[in-house]
Amino acid sequence: MTSTLDRPSSSASIEPPKPLPPRSPIGRVRDIFTSPRSGPVLVTALLFVAVFLIGGARYRGFFSGQVFLNLFVDNSYLIVLAVGMTFVILTGGIDLSVGAVVAVSTMIAASLLQSGWSPGVVIPLILVLTSFLGLLVGLMIHVFKVQPFIATLAAMFLARGLCYVISKDSISINEPTFVALAVTRIPLGGGLSITPSVVIALVVVVIAVWVLGFTRFGRTVYALGGSEQSGILMGLPVARTKVIVYVVSGFCSGLAGVLFSLYTLSGYPLTAVGTELDAIAAVVIGGTLLAGGYGFVLGSVLGVLVLGVIQTIITFEGTLSSWWTRIFIGGLLLVFIILQKVLTARRR
Amino acid sequence: MNPTLLRAVSSRLFWPIVMLVILVAINVVAFPDFLSITVTDGHLFGSVIDILRNGAPTFIIAIGMTLVIATRGIDLSVGAVAAISGAVACSILLGSPDPGAVGTVIVAVAAALVTSLVLGLWNGFLVSVIGIQPIIATLVLMTAGRGVAMLITEGQILTVDSAPFKSLGSGFLLGMPVAVVIGAAIFVVAALLTRRTALGMLIESVGINPEASRQAGVRARVLLFAVYTFCALSAGIAGLILTANQTAADSNNTGLFIELDAILAVVIGGTSLAGGRYSLAGTLVGALVIQTLVTTVYTVGIPPIVTMVFKAAVVTAVCLLQSPATSAAVGRLRYRISARTSRVKEAAAS
Repeated sequence: MTSTLDRPSSSASIEPPKPLPPRSPIGRVRDIFTSPRSGPVLVTALLFVAVFLIGGARYRGFFSGQVFLNLFVDNSYLIVLAVGMTFVILTGGIDLSVGAVVAVSTMIAASLLQSGWSPGVVIPLILVLTSFLGLLVGLMIHVFKVQPFIATLAAMFLARGLCYVISKDSISINEPTFVALAVTRIPLGGGLSITPSVVIALVVVVIAVWVLGFTRFGRTVYALGGSEQSGILMGLPVARTKVIVYVVSGFCSGLAGVLFSLYTLSGYPLTAVGTELDAIAAVVIGGTLLAGGYGFVLGSVLGVLVLGVIQTIITFEGTLSSWWTRIFIGGLLLVFIILQKVLTARRR
Repeated sequence: MNPTLLRAVSSRLFWPIVMLVILVAINVVAFPDFLSITVTDGHLFGSVIDILRNGAPTFIIAIGMTLVIATRGIDLSVGAVAAISGAVACSILLGSPDPGAVGTVIVAVAAALVTSLVLGLWNGFLVSVIGIQPIIATLVLMTAGRGVAMLITEGQILTVDSAPFKSLGSGFLLGMPVAVVIGAAIFVVAALLTRRTALGMLIESVGINPEASRQAGVRARVLLFAVYTFCALSAGIAGLILTANQTAADSNNTGLFIELDAILAVVIGGTSLAGGRYSLAGTLVGALVIQTLVTTVYTVGIPPIVTMVFKAAVVTAVCLLQSPATSAAVGRLRYRISARTSRVKEAAAS
């Protein structure tokens, strides 16, 4: 039954089955670039390489392995967030609550650790709580037919409000295990190193790629984004899938919160304001169609890296003020949306 | 329960109004003088007036948002547009030799409104000509907009000292706060324009099916341009009121999260995000619910920082009560009651 579905595959050259005349190699390359599934991802990859090369040409010390690895070190939490957001957006939904959930996770972590709880209890507790919040949001969306936008907005208010209930001041984290995790560098040889957070983020990415590409649940997620009605008619578990993607997003937000608290070693109620926009922007720049149905987790990771490299260039430039970051991200977002529009329009 | 009551319960405005009444009742219990209005120097003062004044910017944006949502769209950029509008006005006032002159203020306000208008045209262009989903098209300006506002103010908080400009935020006109008068005027204009002419129906038809309405001869593209421009314009006006209230343009915080409050006001008022029908009166009730909620949190003595939790609770409650699942349950209840009354009647007849 599900085998009639387009199986999302990592090889980008799969074409919809239709009789095509034999194509020249150039034509085939053009097909890959104009496919709504692989085109935007490839463009993002090219863009990333181009921006990185430009940075390397302009600034001394930019073109180093550590600068590249730091993109992962500084954005590990955003990678995890973008992974969760990819699941939601693939079904055609949206999750506005992720930034606030990151903040509330850092608050829970900081306040519980301060009162002497063990990290071995605190971290699973956070993940369970945020997944539960995701479950509530998913049920609200599915059972009560509340639009995802509004349901996750309510969750955002709730999470942000709970931050202030916990404390309105910044709480620092002194717990030895957390501090040790935060300062540990894993050497990769040649003077390069990464943090444990990067490893966690990459594990999440690998699991997400496997789930979306090679499991029944993953295929249902794509099918739901393609057409919910058809999914129901095909007998796919639409209700369950629709709820679970929000649980996945809640879980990822909680994990991102833990990573973020490792990164900053504190909990602060106003932290991560607007991070949901960064996550959505990364997913869109990574080539996931906002209407759902098309996209890759690896694309979203590329999207995060593009945002990171822009940030790095602005830091290296030194004279450019921080607000240029927002303008650049907005501009990039626009370019990519129009690109997607053009690509999908040509296909129809 | 009698049928009239049941019909009232299933009305879209029923639950928001119940919510408003409950909130006002809580206030009256906690603070018996809540509903009293005093007149000082010909100006009205009182908690209710405060609610109206503080809620005016959200309400003004919510009116524009209602029309956008009626076309099955959404405008996330209103907060950023409000910030840009305030930044433009303040930078012009600061750049002029005489910021207190009425002429300067008019120029500054006009420039801010023209800027908002242009931003609205930009949103309208992305949505209607390029055909991008509204949530994403306006996300672009939402992300970049505050950066642009920072660019205008060069990253500073611009504090202005201009009496005529300040009166936009805290002045009085005909005994009412200026902000409330502006809000009422925009409401009346929007209501007359869309409900006394066919405009409202055309907007709704675009929301139901843009393609079908285009084929029926409705100029969907022009209408989309119009609603996004109107929404940005109302955001610009709200931005001026907010800026004038603080007498400072703060690119980071002016109108922060106001898009969410405005969308909430619209949704609480019973306008469906799926487009196709809207209620400006509902938006008014929605905006009042939100502002009264904020005030209630203050008067009842709950720490104001917890407001967001209550907002979440109210949003969730209203959304769940308005949801199709709930109205289906109400419908079943109504069916059961009518079945029982007819059975009672049959029993009485036999």
